[in-house]
Amino acid sequence: MREPAVALRGITKVFGAVRANDAVDLDVEEGTIHGIIGENGAGKSTLVSILSGHYRADAGDIVLFGETVKMASSADAIGHGIGMVHQHFMLVPNFTVLENLMLGLAKAPLLAASREDVRRRLAELTAAYDGLDVPADAVVEDLPVGLQQRVEIIKALIGGGRILILDEPTGVLTPDETDQMFQSLLELKRQGVTIILITHKLREIMAITDNVSVMRLGKMVAHRKTAETTREELAELMVGRTVEPVRNEAAAGAGEVVMAARGISLRDGAGTLRLDDVSLELRAGEIVGIAGVAGNGQSELLAVLAGLATPERGSVEIGGRVVTAAAPTDPREMRALGVAHVPEDRRREGLVLPFEMSENAVLGYLGQARGSRPWLLRRSRMVGRCGELMQRFDVRPPNPALPASGFSGGNQQKLVIAREHGARPRVMLVGQPTRGVDIGAIEFIHRQLLDLRDAGCAILLVSVELDEILALSDRIVAMNAGRIVGEVEGRGADRRVVGLMMAGVRDAAAGAAVAS
Amino acid sequence: MAEIWLDAMQILSSTLRLATPLILCAMAGMFSERAGVVDIGLEGKLLMGAFAAGAVAFYTGSPWLGLFAAILAGVAMGLLHGFATITHRGDQIVSGVAINILASGFTIVIGIALFAQGGQTPALTRDERFLPIHLPFADTIGQVPFLGPFYETLLSGHNILVYAALLSVPLAAFVLFATSFGLRLRAAGEAPEAVDSAGYSVTFLRYRAVIIAGVLCGIAGAYLSIAHGGGFVREMSAGKGYIALAALIFGKWRPVPTLLACLLFGALESSASRLSDVDLPLIGEIPVDIILIAPYVLTVILLAGFFGRAIPPRALGIPYVKDR
Repeated sequence: MREPAVALRGITKVFGAVRANDAVDLDVEEGTIHGIIGENGAGKSTLVSILSGHYRADAGDIVLFGETVKMASSADAIGHGIGMVHQHFMLVPNFTVLENLMLGLAKAPLLAASREDVRRRLAELTAAYDGLDVPADAVVEDLPVGLQQRVEIIKALIGGGRILILDEPTGVLTPDETDQMFQSLLELKRQGVTIILITHKLREIMAITDNVSVMRLGKMVAHRKTAETTREELAELMVGRTVEPVRNEAAAGAGEVVMAARGISLRDGAGTLRLDDVSLELRAGEIVGIAGVAGNGQSELLAVLAGLATPERGSVEIGGRVVTAAAPTDPREMRALGVAHVPEDRRREGLVLPFEMSENAVLGYLGQARGSRPWLLRRSRMVGRCGELMQRFDVRPPNPALPASGFSGGNQQKLVIAREHGARPRVMLVGQPTRGVDIGAIEFIHRQLLDLRDAGCAILLVSVELDEILALSDRIVAMNAGRIVGEVEGRGADRRVVGLMMAGVRDAAAGAAVAS
Repeated sequence: MAEIWLDAMQILSSTLRLATPLILCAMAGMFSERAGVVDIGLEGKLLMGAFAAGAVAFYTGSPWLGLFAAILAGVAMGLLHGFATITHRGDQIVSGVAINILASGFTIVIGIALFAQGGQTPALTRDERFLPIHLPFADTIGQVPFLGPFYETLLSGHNILVYAALLSVPLAAFVLFATSFGLRLRAAGEAPEAVDSAGYSVTFLRYRAVIIAGVLCGIAGAYLSIAHGGGFVREMSAGKGYIALAALIFGKWRPVPTLLACLLFGALESSASRLSDVDLPLIGEIPVDIILIAPYVLTVILLAGFFGRAIPPRALGIPYVKDR
């Protein structure tokens, strides 16, 4: 039997009181794509950071092709042929592609001496592998995200890398860019590169890996051949208990229209049209899912409906109030009209991280904290309110005095949703409800949204996770470049059709109907 | 006509002399800030350099040893700044201001202790100073109309540190933009995590940057006390470090525009002394203060976003923490 390309033996890493990695073993066969899956905080990133020399393990051995190596720095890892593509790009945005490559490769004191050499190596690399073309002299920040990532992959390989590690590489990519990247990875595998793919998305594991290892709470809990496992089994291994993905199955009895946007347009500060003649009706007791690649106007739509931005043209009607450019509104009025908003970025817009949870629990609803003297906020009321919300939404730890920054992403999000939910809104605008949230909390949040829908609330769900849109929506509306491209029934929606609409294909829904 | 030409050459010549410490300090700031370390301590390093040069030149009688001492003093201050901000991730503004206050107090206390002349060093003799260098044939060429005054008054007759300052600009441009060290140094100021993941130490790069900044500030200090001046005078940096920082921002952290900004600020300073008490037609008498605050006003206007935005290095002022 051949020696594995990478073998980790008893890797342990402790941060303070947390055992991020606890005696982790891993074998990665040469020339395979090996997935490592686990929830946020399971220790995946720490493990690969140790393998790539970013952190040093407290204990354990790293064995590459049968040889035990010391991994004290990034330079060591690069020397051993390990290339790492980080979750956040490690590129200098205002340097050209070539300059970014020279950052690691230029050995001669003068740049001129290495420039042609690096250019030649880049040309050789792109000739050797299909789908790794990049414009060498383009400034990185001007490139689309998919190409920036390609630069990262090239960076990892050009120094002679034989082992490529990718940490959550698809988080910032469109479905199309993701497919392209997977094609590149398969091509690399064909040429004998060993690939380790870190992700929390089961779909990706099933789509591309040969083997998969599951981590939970710092421990490696299982190794499987991808062909011999299922998504359900992996999900269970990740969470440590049975998970039933929540699906919107009960037929919704959509009621009257509670909020209507008619022909709204919005420009950003630079004058670019972000929303272009968008019309949308939200009915009581239905979930409308907005499918779209990030940056196609969904955030702006949320902002307009929440009263954070005033549309340039068109109107928003809610409860008899008509909002237009001439009669603008603000989030406070919208709240009073029964519009609750779970912002896309909970850390920046949903919470004040250094504040206590009790204070965060009444943000936007200060009336709940006022007692007999309305000019004062009553701490006891805030704490009481927070405790109530924490109990209802199972926020852990249930301690209202702790600052919001001390909670995990899932628990932060639960509190934000609990706060908005608790106002008994007529309309709930929800942006990226499960971004960076672990599977257990996702299940819970999804169930709460469905319950709220059943109670007669109109919900607008914006998410870049297509699976989430497909699972929850009664109606799916696809957006592309600030326009609504099409709409399909939520139940039984064809993933491919929605994907095409997200890419801007206007007749996708009709075409599919004809085809079937 | 020849009169006006000669006048112009004299003004430019004095501009050059006044701009010399600005140029050296601004180049110092460029290295430091391009690597991501805010250098508001230019002022303090300049003052320390001036004092060290004045004191050592007096004791040893050698301007070269004075220059060497000034460089050591500048580097020591730079390392102190680096230790506080790079190693211990302290606030770069606070550390820089602390260095300025330290320099201000230290030079006076030690100056009084050593020389008992109210914080000054004793006046230096000609042998203890860098003297003007007369370029070959200055006298002969000086007779030629136009070219003569240009050569004799503007090009010739400066001390060696003026030429060093002028040389520092192409040198800085070369190091920053044509060497792989410069590429990595600039990357450390833009995206230090990229440097780190490429296998190079951000800490070491930034330390080298503050050391280079210390050397250049030291030279600038020596210029003040043993080349331009004839001894150290308390607080003789007189805000030049801050003006240099303003010039660096005004020049958008680029060598040639920064040089031009330094020359502009030098010209304002030189005209300030010439225009004091002069009654100009139409305008009347311009208060000197108005001219002296011009660099700061221009910098504020620039930072407010007029004539193009000055975009600082992205990681400027942010300590690098190896974590995500």
